[in-house]
Amino acid sequence: MRRSNFLKIFIALLFVTVGSYLVPIAPAATVGPVTDPIGVVKIGKGEPIVIAWWFVVEGPDASLGIDTKRGVEIAVDDVGGKLLGHPIKLIGENSGCNAEGGVTAATKIAANKQVVAAIGSNCSSEAVPGAPILWKAGIPTVSPSNTAPILTDPKRGPGYDGYLRTAHNDKVQGRVAAEFARKILKANKAATIHDGSPYAEQLAAVFAENFEKLGGKIVAREAISPTDTDMRPVLTRISLGVPDIIYYPIFIAAGGHVTRQAKEIGGLKNTALMGADGMFSPDFLRAAGPAALGMYHTSPDLSPEALGPRYVEFLKKHEKKYGEKPLAPFHAHAYDAAMMIFEAIKKVAKTDAAGNLYIGRKALRDALYATKNFKGLTGTLTCNQWGDCADPKIAVYQVVNTDPKTWNPGVNPKKIWTPYVKR
Amino acid sequence: MIAIQRTWWQKLSFVDLFLWAFRIAVIVVVIWGTVGTLTAGKYQREHWIFFIVFGLAQGGIYALIALGYTMVYGILRMINFAHGEVFMSGAYTAYFAAAALNNSGYLNRHPFISFLTLLAVAMSVSTGVAVLLERIAYRPLRHAPRLVPLITAIGASFFLQYTFRGLYGTGFKAYPEFEVLKGDWIVFGVPVLRTQVLVLVASVLMMVGLYAFVMRTKIGTAMRAVSEDMDAAALMGVNVDRVIAITFAVGGAMAGAAGILYAMVFKQVHFFMGFVPGIKAFTSAVLGGIGNIPGAMLGGMFLGLIESVGPALILDGLGIVAPYQLKDVIAFTMLVMVLIFRPSGILGERLAVKKA
Repeated sequence: MRRSNFLKIFIALLFVTVGSYLVPIAPAATVGPVTDPIGVVKIGKGEPIVIAWWFVVEGPDASLGIDTKRGVEIAVDDVGGKLLGHPIKLIGENSGCNAEGGVTAATKIAANKQVVAAIGSNCSSEAVPGAPILWKAGIPTVSPSNTAPILTDPKRGPGYDGYLRTAHNDKVQGRVAAEFARKILKANKAATIHDGSPYAEQLAAVFAENFEKLGGKIVAREAISPTDTDMRPVLTRISLGVPDIIYYPIFIAAGGHVTRQAKEIGGLKNTALMGADGMFSPDFLRAAGPAALGMYHTSPDLSPEALGPRYVEFLKKHEKKYGEKPLAPFHAHAYDAAMMIFEAIKKVAKTDAAGNLYIGRKALRDALYATKNFKGLTGTLTCNQWGDCADPKIAVYQVVNTDPKTWNPGVNPKKIWTPYVKR
Repeated sequence: MIAIQRTWWQKLSFVDLFLWAFRIAVIVVVIWGTVGTLTAGKYQREHWIFFIVFGLAQGGIYALIALGYTMVYGILRMINFAHGEVFMSGAYTAYFAAAALNNSGYLNRHPFISFLTLLAVAMSVSTGVAVLLERIAYRPLRHAPRLVPLITAIGASFFLQYTFRGLYGTGFKAYPEFEVLKGDWIVFGVPVLRTQVLVLVASVLMMVGLYAFVMRTKIGTAMRAVSEDMDAAALMGVNVDRVIAITFAVGGAMAGAAGILYAMVFKQVHFFMGFVPGIKAFTSAVLGGIGNIPGAMLGGMFLGLIESVGPALILDGLGIVAPYQLKDVIAFTMLVMVLIFRPSGILGERLAVKKA
């Protein structure tokens, strides 16, 4: 008796698992009052609207993921945890800041048919393979911190049709960094280092292109791998060209090694160091130690002067909820990404007489792309046809104190250049 | 039966031909690149000395870890894949001692005593972890088929990694700076980083000490006896269990010392830090001839050197941009080459038939 029960359950489970693979993913469907070419999510009365995040919430770059996750959570709080009478349920996956982690997280989220939209990823290396997996399942994703140009490039391919971002495109960040190096620091020779990730490789390339355009000379284009620890040989090689500045838009662990070890190389004693938003975090000061003093960073400007009183209010909520200051520069972008999704859901969702909610997947994607003059925390967001929605304000910062406890963007690292302010 | 006379070229199989072509191709590429770099004259003499010193310092750390792999292999014929985690546990635990010493200001008042304290903490933690590992995970399986302890070792490696992750989180910790170790010393007219002098001296001292221990003491003799023939050694009155435990302990102590030296040079520690150095040290042990103690030392130094010098010397001359991205390619190509030319490693004894 018992055995046959077990067998029945087993067979049933087998059917469910195999069946879920055989059923074609969301064909053109009409469910309730909504017809959609990709599929429709039906949310029963009182059931939650599921939004998934995929952020790097573990490992050396966890500060980036936790920061954005908090932005999303505050956005949910701000709409009272409810949308159109349904509670909002956040689920999430760690995406690891690498391609493998991105694929795993996206695959897990895509397997959940109730997920309406996703927020993520953090690192461009995750989004390159991950975003098409989500879009294949009809889930649009809005990234708060992917900045690699390829993700919103006209040549990106149809797999990315469901991809948007509230973060700046690195075409902007790389240009700001190059202008700063050339015009403010008066650097003539620059070197770049990337770690093979799409983010670092493309940002370093944009920097180099703009630096040369402004009349500078690139004396070394080097690369390392993210797990390297001994940077002295590659820095020695860079020192041959005697650069005035090294631009290494990489991540915290390797960036810390480069910063510490550059100071030890004889030929680089007078070379300025410059990083980017990927390591703009108190954790970086821990990784780089005293060597970080005087180093430059490009990062989105998140000062109240740039973002206005709404951001001050956000900071108060953040401090109250988590007991500390933001850990990385993308919480406001994450907040905007979440709000953009809520706005789009409000536009396209339909309710039937029984109180069930229906959301067309293609319709939601189109509504997101149609976002126009959206008043977000980071500015006025308007999405172009390739999913670039940001209102970028990139500033240059300089580290003035290497104690991680003094981390307070604007003061330390001190904001020293704001090219977007019209004078 | 008719004996068919074959000339030498008829005896060559396709595989032989391929291997010969591969050897020649690699040698041609290496020579081409080297000549290209040297004739370009881009690097000065002092740059080469820097590359060599960086490589030797890194190699010293690899060598110390590799000793643990090679000693365990010499005695048990198993690869202790959890050895990278033994290295990590020492370095990670000593971080807390370092932070405490730094907060009290003792670290920079008495740097030498502090360094010895950290060394003692790391070495004892790593030794403890290695001995427990042997007692709990490997001893019960000593007579199981060879694959079983290998898989167990991988499991133990995950267990240790995620134990540390659970205890101390996924972020990294950064060692404090020793003020005396900042800057460089002039050695033979060349500025050499102080940390690297420390690493080189300490690792060479450790290795000499270990070699003397194995060759000159009674326990060392027992270790060599067990490695030659475990059953015969047992019949001669050697306590095999004890000798194996001591082997693990000594290997663990070397890994702990390597952990502190690593922390002096690179500062960052985190729960996954043992993986890459572990793989590199294993490669060094195989390069030098696994089971052979001087081989592990040589292999470690060689691997460190080739990682540091190789990209500049070989790849630069071939016109490859950003050659340091490919340093692992060079390191592992070297491994493949050594295994093709000398399957038992550089100093490996040709004992394969008898023991394997």
